[in-house]
Amino acid sequence: MIKALLLTLYTLLSASNSWAAGKSLSSADYLNIAFEGTPPAARMIWLSGKTREAYTRIMGHAPSRLRQAYWRSNQRSVWILETLGKEQLITAAFTIDDGRIHEARVLAYRESRGWEIQQDFFTRQFSDAALTEETRLDKRIDGITGATLSVRAMKRLARLALYLHQAMEAGS
Amino acid sequence: MNKYLLTTLFGLGLTGSGHTLAATDDIEALRKQVSELSERLDATTQLFDNGSSSTPGKTTIGGYGELHYNKLNNQKDGGSDKKELDFHRFVLFFGHRFSDTVRFHSELELEHALSKDSQCSAKDTDSDGQLDSFNCPDKGPGEVELEQAYIEFDLNDRHRAKGGVFLVPVGIINETHEPPRFFGVERNPVEKNIIPATWWEAGAALSGQLEMGFSYDLAMHSGLNTTGYDIRGGRQKSAKAKADKLAATARIKWTGMPGLELAASVNRQGDLTQGAGAQEIAATLVETHAAYELGSFGLKALYAKWDMDDDGTAAGKDEQSGWYIEPSFRLTPQFGIFARHNIWDKQAGDGIDSEYKQTDVGFNFWPHDDVVIKVDYQNQTVPNGKDEYDGINLGIGYQF
Repeated sequence: MIKALLLTLYTLLSASNSWAAGKSLSSADYLNIAFEGTPPAARMIWLSGKTREAYTRIMGHAPSRLRQAYWRSNQRSVWILETLGKEQLITAAFTIDDGRIHEARVLAYRESRGWEIQQDFFTRQFSDAALTEETRLDKRIDGITGATLSVRAMKRLARLALYLHQAMEAGS
Repeated sequence: MNKYLLTTLFGLGLTGSGHTLAATDDIEALRKQVSELSERLDATTQLFDNGSSSTPGKTTIGGYGELHYNKLNNQKDGGSDKKELDFHRFVLFFGHRFSDTVRFHSELELEHALSKDSQCSAKDTDSDGQLDSFNCPDKGPGEVELEQAYIEFDLNDRHRAKGGVFLVPVGIINETHEPPRFFGVERNPVEKNIIPATWWEAGAALSGQLEMGFSYDLAMHSGLNTTGYDIRGGRQKSAKAKADKLAATARIKWTGMPGLELAASVNRQGDLTQGAGAQEIAATLVETHAAYELGSFGLKALYAKWDMDDDGTAAGKDEQSGWYIEPSFRLTPQFGIFARHNIWDKQAGDGIDSEYKQTDVGFNFWPHDDVVIKVDYQNQTVPNGKDEYDGINLGIGYQF
């Protein structure tokens, strides 16, 4: 039985390392992709006043920082945000065009369960999502069994990215 | 224009220039001040933002718990009703991150609120030299249990290994049983009686992601220990567990579509008696399930079956099986209804009627995502002469 298990293990490890989707991606690499090789300099938006209130309402807690970085070129903005899943941080990037999510991507996932949220079939659901007046997403996002907390975290980050994009536009 | 006027005008011009120059100097000084203040503010904010962080500490604490009220009437003639208020589970998680690739996870549980040692007397009722009858009159109703305590290592981006005490990768509720995450006050009777959830063992395991939405778990661990085909009673709970014969579990899971999980597990026991029986009794559990969430609609279905060697004393217990199906619907994000039909048989290997059925209907109310209030009604159909509990269950639960 042990030999069979070891052989199975070797086969699994050898076969699966080439799969590209779901691997961690650095923020710099993501920005290069989002801005086609020429990312703009980072800017800052203050998380104060109404923005702070909206942040608290969306995330369920007040922000732990005073400002949030973002990158903007023309109508496109990119937000790289983090929040707690079950026990570890999830880092996700959101590219927003004209007030709608163009792409959502998990840059780093550190939990041992719920890894499925990194897969394209899950993040693709966020494409074209916008914010309602109640700061909810205007699209249904189907969850992943056993990853409820991670899915919830991604939805909150998506709402936050869209809200901050609106606040940035209003400030401009 | 006379000289006086010219002089006056010239003087005024000089004075005006002086004022203009002074105003310009003031503005320039103010600009410089604002610029300096802006730089200092920027530096201070940066310092603050760098110092504050949403990163959790290396050590984390979590938990869940649930209080139950069971008001069940026993339909058996002369049978006792079950009317209880019970803090069924109080669970704490402790975790620690040693590095980005090595972490510790644990789960400590107190069941039924009070665990108390007592003086026990023991007897050898069948004169075989083994103590087999224990009387512990002052023993508390509860137990303190170490359900999980393992170190996990990331082998690479996709695969990980762990060693310690962990939940056996089988079923739906065995690994995901925080109260806000399932319908019904009590855990479903099929997984409880057949799998038997909650089931944990000590050993080593590998898990990881494969292509196209597949993932796997492989585990080698301590086995069950029972001489009476009592699967649930055979859980050794990693407490000085006899390990004459180990056991192994393998699971394949597919989550390649949002909301859908399909999985199948196999568990193989080398010897249920751990060397204590007249002969080795090998056993195999096969389990398969589907769990689907599409918007507000949910559906779960599970089937599990044990096949065991028969040493001549099984009397049908060498085959035990069960299944259930559970549709659910969230009328609002905070309120959901469900129904569940369960069938299980712990003596399915003979022709005697030993099948249990239970139907549950009820609702969950989530005042917060991590808090739930539950109400359900259960109705049982049981073999002749067995306790048959019908009635209402109420519960409140939480997780953090």
